[in-house]
Amino acid sequence: MTSALGSAPTGRDDRRARPTPTRAHRSRWARAAGTGWLYVLPALVMYAVFVLRPLVLTFQYSLYDWNGIGVARWVGLDNYLTVFTDSDLLKIIGNAILLIVFFSFIPVALGLLVASMVRRITTGAFGTVVRTILFLPQVIPLVAAGIAWSWLLSSNGLVNQVLRAVGLGGVARAWLGDFDTALPAVGVIGAWVLLGLCTILLVTGMSKIDPALYEAARLDGAGPVREFLAVTLPSLRQEIGVCLTVTIIAALASFDIVYISTSGGPGLQTTVPGLEIYRLAFSQRQVGLASALAVVLMLLVLACVLPIQRLSRGEKP
Amino acid sequence: MNLSRREQLTGRVFLIALIVVTLLPFVSMLSAALQPRGTVPSGLEWPSDPQWGNFADAFTAANMGALLRSSLLIVAGVVPVSVLIATMAGFGLGQLRVPGGRLVFGLFLLGLTLPFEAVVTPLYYQMQDFGLLNTRWAIILPLIGLYMPFAVFWMRAHFTNVPVELSEAARVDGSSTWQLFWRVQVPLARPAIASLTILMFLWTWNQFLLAIVLVDDATKRTMAGALGAFQGQWGTDLVLLCAGSLLILTPTLIVFLIFQRQFIKALIQGSVKG
Repeated sequence: MTSALGSAPTGRDDRRARPTPTRAHRSRWARAAGTGWLYVLPALVMYAVFVLRPLVLTFQYSLYDWNGIGVARWVGLDNYLTVFTDSDLLKIIGNAILLIVFFSFIPVALGLLVASMVRRITTGAFGTVVRTILFLPQVIPLVAAGIAWSWLLSSNGLVNQVLRAVGLGGVARAWLGDFDTALPAVGVIGAWVLLGLCTILLVTGMSKIDPALYEAARLDGAGPVREFLAVTLPSLRQEIGVCLTVTIIAALASFDIVYISTSGGPGLQTTVPGLEIYRLAFSQRQVGLASALAVVLMLLVLACVLPIQRLSRGEKP
Repeated sequence: MNLSRREQLTGRVFLIALIVVTLLPFVSMLSAALQPRGTVPSGLEWPSDPQWGNFADAFTAANMGALLRSSLLIVAGVVPVSVLIATMAGFGLGQLRVPGGRLVFGLFLLGLTLPFEAVVTPLYYQMQDFGLLNTRWAIILPLIGLYMPFAVFWMRAHFTNVPVELSEAARVDGSSTWQLFWRVQVPLARPAIASLTILMFLWTWNQFLLAIVLVDDATKRTMAGALGAFQGQWGTDLVLLCAGSLLILTPTLIVFLIFQRQFIKALIQGSVKG
């Protein structure tokens, strides 16, 4: 980079003393192309060294049986075969897909509900307070959210306290430790983290909808449901797409919350691919299998996200 | 907006319910953190004699001073460099429109949805080869790379919208590309750069996976990574754990409350573009 700078005029005085438009003109475009690349290069190098190279290595590792230290043995697609046939690994992938219900569908559905009723959050102090509070879960580390909710959902926690208070003490339990409720309980944590973000995004989108559309719908005799389906939903298409994209990635690639709140247990009830990759690679030393799972996870994310992008950005109404 | 009063009221009620649900975990943690040490707190129960001293204990137990320093060092290593090289790349791709730029941009887009889990294993061995495991560099360098897809995407989006005539004018004026970049383009890009800086700060501060994989020593980790270690160590002492967690998330909260307007704008734009 320094060499390119050296060829450029070095100082203000120099430039003023020697205004050479012709020379500058002649080589301007050729030089601009070369100089332009120098601007892109640092970012590209960091990206290549710390993302693209590891990415290629993940593919490569996935074709080997390797314990991370010894000699790697070529096994072709065997690791992928294991990912798709091993009942534990399939369950783990299934867990991540189930989490989408909690991380994505619930926040988006509730967000839409609130958005369609509020339409715009008041701009005044109330609006600022609402926005600030709803964004809190986005700002704190997921680890902290995990700790807070582990406490809320524990046997002595607030959730059970409330249940007992309303006479539902019978269902009280250690929600994260129970075989049947652990995964939904983890899902609730994710829903809590993402609900505010989705709500704000949807309400912000809502405030951009032309009120005339609603008036027209009312004049046509549309009820609230028709109005929602005919005006709100189509107009918010892009925002819904954004919410789904962000939340689905958060669900499929979840790690922090699960690691902290359940470590994947009880059994494999809440183990997700991210956690299993970590375990396989660093505790069980099955780097090949971990990498195959990583590739599958990556493809799963793309398979979910790309259609949503296409649908929400495609033809605009 | 001709929403009926009833509808507006239900909307408000829903919003307030949402706020209560959002705040409850924090309040519950606070109530647990103020119970006397050694007791087993239960649900939400304001202690008769709040033990504010628990926070001082947690500060010492968590080694907060060292943690703050470590997180700040990591942020200082990641954020300025990321923002600078992403701004330069965004300028190169969006304004100078370098030949082959579309291809490079496509390459960056490839990483936009990449889960960190997908590259963390090779990164571990790479850092081992570089001899950087268990140093802050093991978090700093990969994070810069991992942020590039979003950061370049973000800055390119800004520079694409700056009229090229502006650069032309500066060139006729005799400025070099470097001067054009610093004197004309960067000042204009300030809002985009500010939002990017905020997001990078937040993501770095809260980064967990890279911290626990690449650095064993909690005092060389990010805040989030250190919190993980703190939980491992004090998980059974709920009072101290809650006090420590609250302490560890306080710095982000303070920064958030100071810059909350910019934060919210950045987060909204960030997710819309990402």
